[in-house]
Amino acid sequence: MAEQNQQDYVPGTHASLPPPISQVGIAGWMRKNLFSSPSNVILTIVAVYFLYKVIPPILNWAIFDAVFSDVDHRNECREIAAGACWAVVRARFDQFLYGFYPDYLRWRVNLTFVLMFVALIPLLYDQVPKRKYLLWFSLIYPFLAFFMLWGGLGLEPVESAKFGGFLLTVLIGMTGIVVSLPLGIALSLGRHSSMPVVKMLSVWYIEFFRGVPLITLLFVASTLLNYFMPPGTYFDLLLRVIIMVILFSAAYIAEVIRGGLAAIPKGQFEAADALGLTYGKSMRLIILPQALKISIPGIVNTFIGLYKDTTLVVVVGLLDPLGISRATLADSSWQGLSTELYIFIAVGFFISCFAMSRYSLYLERKLDTGHRDK
Amino acid sequence: MIIQIMVIVIVLTLLGFFIRNTLNNLELLGREAGYGFLFTPSNYDINQHLIEYNSRSTHLRATIVGLINTGLVAICGIVLATIIGFVAGVLRLSSNFLINRIVYAFVEFSRNVPVLLWILLWHGVMVHSLPHPKQAVTIADVSFLTNRGFYVPKPLLEPMFWWVAIALVIGIAGAAMFARYSQKRQEATGQRYPVIWINSAVIIVLPLLAYWMAGSPATLEMPVFKGFNFQGGLVLTPEFLALTLALAVYTGAFIAEIVRAGILAVSHGQTEAAYALGLKSNWTMRLVILPQALRVIVPPMISQYLNLTKNSSLAIAVGYMDVVATIGGISLNQTGRALECMSIVLSIYLCISLLISAFMNWYNKKISLVER
Repeated sequence: MAEQNQQDYVPGTHASLPPPISQVGIAGWMRKNLFSSPSNVILTIVAVYFLYKVIPPILNWAIFDAVFSDVDHRNECREIAAGACWAVVRARFDQFLYGFYPDYLRWRVNLTFVLMFVALIPLLYDQVPKRKYLLWFSLIYPFLAFFMLWGGLGLEPVESAKFGGFLLTVLIGMTGIVVSLPLGIALSLGRHSSMPVVKMLSVWYIEFFRGVPLITLLFVASTLLNYFMPPGTYFDLLLRVIIMVILFSAAYIAEVIRGGLAAIPKGQFEAADALGLTYGKSMRLIILPQALKISIPGIVNTFIGLYKDTTLVVVVGLLDPLGISRATLADSSWQGLSTELYIFIAVGFFISCFAMSRYSLYLERKLDTGHRDK
Repeated sequence: MIIQIMVIVIVLTLLGFFIRNTLNNLELLGREAGYGFLFTPSNYDINQHLIEYNSRSTHLRATIVGLINTGLVAICGIVLATIIGFVAGVLRLSSNFLINRIVYAFVEFSRNVPVLLWILLWHGVMVHSLPHPKQAVTIADVSFLTNRGFYVPKPLLEPMFWWVAIALVIGIAGAAMFARYSQKRQEATGQRYPVIWINSAVIIVLPLLAYWMAGSPATLEMPVFKGFNFQGGLVLTPEFLALTLALAVYTGAFIAEIVRAGILAVSHGQTEAAYALGLKSNWTMRLVILPQALRVIVPPMISQYLNLTKNSSLAIAVGYMDVVATIGGISLNQTGRALECMSIVLSIYLCISLLISAFMNWYNKKISLVER
């Protein structure tokens, strides 16, 4: 009998059967990912019920019953529909972007913002054509941006009290990021140094700034910094806040890079010394390239944190998006619409922070030349 | 050597510069630095105080009230965040597509929005969307959810209740001793008691027994609707709830990622080896996977706890009276002593985080792998 069967199915003479219908296609996918075991079935049912309960009301509130048209008062919104009143965002949209930057000068902000991407792209991707020249531009850019935003030298000057909205967020975040990175590298080298005094001072600095909340440092900036300066000196609140943000995030960056330094085998330091390299050269050519490579994901995460923390400047009275929304809510025609405003700002932050964290993942994959088994 | 001397000189010069400026400025303002003001009446009220406090109490007492409030938010937030983080982290690894995606969306949305925004959003929702006390949402007729806060029954403890607390402590100590004894016995003979069952019974039964013997020394005070609001009971203010929930959800999302990474970090070979040794699957989890995962999870998790504690200083945005809002806010504005008040606030936070990082170093040393 067995022989018979073998003769019936000579290899190659029959078309292979299709896989069972329940194992492929949508049915197979659902079976595998949603209904693979009794507990899985229960989880799926719970999840579907949860989505059914949560998604439709949210969509109704935010889109289908919402008011997008151009009205001037919350009561007009309520007359049209019961959902979200996005008219408030529409009415104050310019303020959310620029704060009180003069209308006719806003092209300067826009141009600075566009140029920021030109300056960023060669830093973020290494396969840009003519990268060398673009990097020079990136180097000049901070000075150019300063000149464009504040004016002077022929451009009409704008005082920093007029800065606000997302302009302020990006400004504080970007300045913090750019300046705190070199400061952080210096601090981490200090902490890694063999000189006891330098090491001790770096440790004190790092532990102090990591130990206190940013909000207290901002209070120090707004109430206390004038005490430390010669009587009569005055420099404006925005500058003081930016200095504090830089000092604060430098400590965190230093700590991230310290992790990178610690991960480098001792042999690398010894090999650099054996080649007769000076301290500066061995750091610049051998140690830091490796240490920075390891710590890049951590650095990007610190930057995301810094960017989110820029919202705290509202407590010392700067008009970042939260400050603008606070002012809007104080207006009697828009009272009580806090949810709409906060969600608008949240979406703004979510987009930029999510993009940054995706970029960090991309870097992690690109730089992962190690031998870890996957 | 020369570099070090130069650094010392530079730092000392800077310090001298700042100190001289500060002294000059204080002289110009015509007053001396000093902490004597701490013992003068504060003249302001704090709506949530766990210890005796009124507007005639001193600034020092206001600081302590603020510190206790900070601690309360931090502890509640940490407990909640750990629960949220572990549940979300484990669910994120689920093979169920829907659950996996929902948790992913939750984690990314929570992490990528500033925590201050979350606090304000929760607070706004609580104040604007919850009903007035008259139409309060009630849970089993004893707890009431309103836009003025969450009213729950308040346990009134009589002096005899101390016996229950003592019984609880004895129970826990006894359980710990029994666990150690049974561990020794297992190592010597290979036999094991059902430790978990016996210990939980001891910890639960002893206090219950004490409670019964002391004659039920606790009663519940129910919140009652009177006039315009609820009277009596324990009230959790919208500020406290918003702050705690926002911090817990935000930090919980970070902990979820830490937990996920920790579990993924244990190589699959460990599970296979445990199975090959004949361990059951829950024993594999408890004795092989979890101890190794915890070694990866705990240090970053403690630094998240520290972040939560520091972020609780955002209380000032919703008017919750924590230590920054009391001594660093109202006291500072009333007395004008910025230097003294801020130095107190900074040193309090510095102490907390140095203590926690000292603990962390000790813990890291204890659990670090002993290598050749």
